[in-house]
Amino acid sequence: MFRIEIQGHNFAFDCGPDNNVLLASRAAGGRILPLGCRGGGCGVCRVRILSGSAQLKPMSRAHVSVQEEGQGYALACRVYPLSDICMEPAAAKARAVKLDPKPIAERK
Amino acid sequence: MALTGVLRPGFVQLRVLDIDEALAHYRDRLGLELVGTEADGRVYLRGYDEFDRHSVILRPADEPGIDVLGFKVASEEALDEFGQRIEKAGLGTTVVPAGEQPGLGRRIRFVVPTGHQIDLYSSIEQSADAPGALNPDVWKSEPRGMRAQRFDHCLLYGPDIDDVTRVFVDVLDFSVTERIDTPDGTLAVWLSCSNKAHDIAFVNHEQPGKFHHAAFFLESWSDIGHAADVIARYDVARDIGPTRHGITRGQTIYFFDPSGNRNEVFSGGYTYYPDNPIRLWSADQAAKGIFYYEKELNDRFLAVVT
Repeated sequence: MFRIEIQGHNFAFDCGPDNNVLLASRAAGGRILPLGCRGGGCGVCRVRILSGSAQLKPMSRAHVSVQEEGQGYALACRVYPLSDICMEPAAAKARAVKLDPKPIAERK
Repeated sequence: MALTGVLRPGFVQLRVLDIDEALAHYRDRLGLELVGTEADGRVYLRGYDEFDRHSVILRPADEPGIDVLGFKVASEEALDEFGQRIEKAGLGTTVVPAGEQPGLGRRIRFVVPTGHQIDLYSSIEQSADAPGALNPDVWKSEPRGMRAQRFDHCLLYGPDIDDVTRVFVDVLDFSVTERIDTPDGTLAVWLSCSNKAHDIAFVNHEQPGKFHHAAFFLESWSDIGHAADVIARYDVARDIGPTRHGITRGQTIYFFDPSGNRNEVFSGGYTYYPDNPIRLWSADQAAKGIFYYEKELNDRFLAVVT
């Protein structure tokens, strides 16, 4: 079991190497990372890994380019930890689908 | 009524991140039949109740989403006529030669205002495994997984929804069956070329060419329940359902394929005739239109696209 910390949100949880950090965070009661397609396609769970290592399953290059992956960006649903990890949410404004916290009726 | 123009959505080509995981999902979970794999890596599948050779094509790529949506038309003559009408409407067409997909005839391809590629075609080989047509049984081989009978329709996201509506109505002879109106304009539109409550639908969205879901038809509400069991048992990523739509009355479940492309399995829906009034929904009742039982909108359902 590895310890995963979401920096800036005072939230940490356990995740084994055979699980991804998105589902592990949700199972631990965390609601910081949105639950989207869970397959690396939609981009809502985009994070930046600040420390630690992980196996990354294929992610849509529309949401994490090869260069961005090299800078630590990833989709949390595709991050399978190989060590303790510290990461932060990192929605890409231009491209990631955003789940709007405002109720539907209040949106433009 | 006689269908002499566009018959139905015929095929969808989707991009997937991992072809083996995708094949397992569409073949084993949805229950589509694997037709073949080609040298370029594309995988071809069909619903067990479809006569035509294939209806779903999976292409390995580094971004999921939709490549093209194909509609079958009634004849080669109708195909040529649509080609002329599309050109006259100011949309350029290109010809996709026969055989670009195995067993598929020539296609007329054009791009609609929402940014999506649409193909029209008339000729496709019959499946070697087609449903029986002489004293037929309800199926030849026992349906598997969610028991998807056919590929039924797509919901696409993109801008210029009023323009794309005009293309489908004025050029392809579709009818608007339902629409969600807001003070800022049309939010979503459902269109039919048949007796189905919809053969295609669009939601207004700033990014062009986006994909909300591909839908597969199941025989009954009981099959929807079985599909829900399959989704739970195999940890398929569920979006929402089992539930019912107010719009189209479809009984439905939404879930995601392993690359994040959304699928729907649905049953029911009303029978549409072109003399029906357009069913209209106001924005404040959209929740009832989309989730008839919950009467609450789901952020993920609205916003997640590939």
